[in-house]
Amino acid sequence: MTLDLFLQHLSNGISLGSLYALIAIGYTMVYGILRLINFAHGDIFMMATYFAFFGIATFQIPWFITFPLVLVLTAALGMGVEAVAYRPLRDAPKISLLISAIGASFFLENLTIVLFGGVPKPFPAPKLFTDVVQVGTVAIQKLTFYIPVVTILALLGLGYLINRTKTGMAMRAVSMDYETAQVMGININRTIAFTFGLGSLLAAVGGIMWGMKFPQIQPLMGVIPGLKCFIAAVIGGIGNIAGAVIGGFILGIGEIMLVAFLPNLTGYRDAFAFVLLILILMSKPTGILGEKTAEKV
Amino acid sequence: MRGRKVIFLLLIFLLALAVTGCSKKESDVIKIGVFEPITGANAAGGQLEVEGIKLANKLYPEVLGKKVELVIADNKSDKVEAATAAARLVEKEKVTAIIGSWGSSLSMAAGDIVRQGKVPTVGASCTNPLVTAGNDYYFRVCFIDPFQGTVMANYAYSKLNARKAAVIQEVNNDYAVGLAKFFMDSFRELTGDPDSIVAVANYNTGDQDFSAQLTNVKAQNPDVIFAPGNFTESALIISQARKLGITCPFIGGDTWETQEFLDIGQEAVEGAVFSTFFATETPITAESAKFIEAYRAEYNKEPAAVAALGYDAYILILDAIKRAGTTDRVKLRDEIARTKNFAGAAGIITLDENGDAVKNAVIKVVKDGKFTYLDTIAPQQ
Repeated sequence: MTLDLFLQHLSNGISLGSLYALIAIGYTMVYGILRLINFAHGDIFMMATYFAFFGIATFQIPWFITFPLVLVLTAALGMGVEAVAYRPLRDAPKISLLISAIGASFFLENLTIVLFGGVPKPFPAPKLFTDVVQVGTVAIQKLTFYIPVVTILALLGLGYLINRTKTGMAMRAVSMDYETAQVMGININRTIAFTFGLGSLLAAVGGIMWGMKFPQIQPLMGVIPGLKCFIAAVIGGIGNIAGAVIGGFILGIGEIMLVAFLPNLTGYRDAFAFVLLILILMSKPTGILGEKTAEKV
Repeated sequence: MRGRKVIFLLLIFLLALAVTGCSKKESDVIKIGVFEPITGANAAGGQLEVEGIKLANKLYPEVLGKKVELVIADNKSDKVEAATAAARLVEKEKVTAIIGSWGSSLSMAAGDIVRQGKVPTVGASCTNPLVTAGNDYYFRVCFIDPFQGTVMANYAYSKLNARKAAVIQEVNNDYAVGLAKFFMDSFRELTGDPDSIVAVANYNTGDQDFSAQLTNVKAQNPDVIFAPGNFTESALIISQARKLGITCPFIGGDTWETQEFLDIGQEAVEGAVFSTFFATETPITAESAKFIEAYRAEYNKEPAAVAALGYDAYILILDAIKRAGTTDRVKLRDEIARTKNFAGAAGIITLDENGDAVKNAVIKVVKDGKFTYLDTIAPQQ
């Protein structure tokens, strides 16, 4: 294997890894605040790609208007899911919430099949993002440069929001103990709805990027990315936002290298993610940057 | 609370009535099961076949004085779901015959169920030899992959002058793996060079990122890439390959012929060549002309080959029921097996001892965003 070839593989891996990282951030943030694994995250991500598809392909709205619109719509959808599927279960055991999350996930998938059909649709990616740049012999899609930038911006933005603003303070308070937070005068319904809106907005950003990189959307497209990004979040330490980014990169680069160096194991590509999950859970259950106290899930 | 419970019980009672009520008039209709992927990764292909079958049902709604009713079962592009869907058709719906499925793996998943249930089944476009091999109840109206693989190897060797080929196959799809194997065998034979296949890369159904495989293939610098597989993945592969700077031609199999292949691949799939069953540019029989005209009127678009095959599977079953004069499944099976020189929309059908049709292949190319007829290849006798 020559250096050029290796660099091409590395660039492919970084491109995929940053995409995983972006989606994992949303996953881990909701978990960090609510201690809830939002299994509908992958499906909210899928809905975002459909919103973008309808905006650009059906209604012919230019992408720079469609994309912000998609973010708003998806955030609203996330808040809607929270209001319907999670809020009524606020005082129920955690396991009921988890089951409700799985229900919400199936509901969104099947709703999409009924409304938009099971046939894959082409994602209308603007040319601006999909062009290719040639660096030496390595061909890199422009998107490959944008995705890590977006990921890092999201990471910094979230860090600021959670640690430096009043809303962020409320979110942290809710994550520690929501009953006490309520007693202290924090509107927990609003805070939790906001958290979901934000998480869904991140899913929408991830969805748009994913759609541009893999321009094919269908109702079940959120399942595998959803699972993999969940794994990325666990590897990095679930609840820890920087950890999710690290986990995403490990997973993305690892997958590409597996296929690149051991082509015979290509069939086990998805299994690779799960094996990694098992290894991490056995050796360091809280993940790379996880908190010390392990949480029962 | 009690009121609600009573209403709930009433509803269940009504539902039970409705369910049992349905099966009353069974003897007046002949049920034909349609076993196709309506949702999931193969949905676009499955729905094209269903369009052809529905059109045939509209043109030929009756046989033996009874109405023919289509019972559509969605196998969800999933091998496990496929077995369930087939079992439902055989055991619950008690259909006379079954048509389908798009996708050889899905058809194979139903193989044992239709054989044990003794329901004659006619595949439309499933081309893997194993679908009908050793199964007396499975037939098909299309050619099989050993032929298709040879056709594409010949095309690569003599028309494209390729001496080094790479193969990218959907490794958990029996159709793709089978076709890739037949292609590699005949390509090696044509070049006389056992090393003429310079790379074999695998991927899974549903994968979206192929950059690692393509980077490895690019390093081997092939003259042509044979990439049989599902249309969505194939379109993504070709567009990702172009972005990585791979310029050699891509060739594939019949599964590519769907609108989604063009929509997803866009300008990247321009020039992609594949083998298929039928082209509207060269109608073969009187039935072809009838089918093409009715299809255009019904769906307002050009028919794909698999739609014509779905249509053929239906009229072949109807013809066999007519000849048998009964809906007895075993007699019907024998009658289907005797099909000879039957004029279908996608060509003359004669079933061989395995229940496979022996037919010409058509080669098409993507030109200006449309599937365009290139050539017809006859099987070697």
